[in-house]
Amino acid sequence: MSTKNKTVVTAEPGKQELFITREFDAPRELVYKAHTDASLYAQWLGPHGYEIVLETFEPVSGGKYRYIHKDKEGNAYAFHGNFHTMSEDLMIQTFEFEGMPEPGHVTLDTMRLEKLPNDRTKITIHSVFQSVADRDGMVASGMESGVREGYERLDDLLAGMK
Amino acid sequence: MARTPTTHDPFNAVAEPRRRQLIQAMGEEELSVNELVELLGWNQPSVSKHLGVLKQVGLVKERRVGRQRMYRLNAERLKPIFEWVAPFEKIWSERFDRLDVVLEKMKKEQ
Repeated sequence: MSTKNKTVVTAEPGKQELFITREFDAPRELVYKAHTDASLYAQWLGPHGYEIVLETFEPVSGGKYRYIHKDKEGNAYAFHGNFHTMSEDLMIQTFEFEGMPEPGHVTLDTMRLEKLPNDRTKITIHSVFQSVADRDGMVASGMESGVREGYERLDDLLAGMK
Repeated sequence: MARTPTTHDPFNAVAEPRRRQLIQAMGEEELSVNELVELLGWNQPSVSKHLGVLKQVGLVKERRVGRQRMYRLNAERLKPIFEWVAPFEKIWSERFDRLDVVLEKMKKEQ
């Protein structure tokens, strides 16, 4: 099964970028389709417990998008950006959360989709933020969502070093 | 922006690429300065300088064996760095786990 594929985030201290990598047990064309078909995309974008509305979704080079996450209390969080390059091996887009006090905290995300043997696919996302503070804020925002798990990797690492 | 001194903060201590190389080398086994010099191909003052910073923030443990000092990584001190990124990683991990489910459905429909 696909449960063994691990998502790895690399964020080196003091830098404006971060990397996310993940492998999938599916051919690249399907992984790409899951990113460019609105009904499929809405099924996995998440987060859990939120309704997602894809208000605008034009997944072609030069297209734009805007989506809104709504929780049960009626809070809405909107995000928008532009698709710069959209192809099966390379997706480049901007990303901005509309809830910031002022506009301009834009991320440039470059996603590479790499074919692996046995009809598998590797995704590498390179996100560049406009400042180290922006990046650290994005990473730290994970804390606020009340997520307090995910130390397994650390435990493995620590166990391996003893 | 002002930074906290390198000597107090493991985040800043590992911000230097060479110190990360040192950390990696010592994660595998306990080594002397001479062994680190040989392994990394740096000169001895350079190894000692970076080792000194790592020692000050507690990322490295020192042990005397006869006349030699042996060094190894104190991985516990790396914990804040992992804790910092773990929740963000979990958000993406959950998202991609949902994508797995969508992809499985797509494969069946093909």
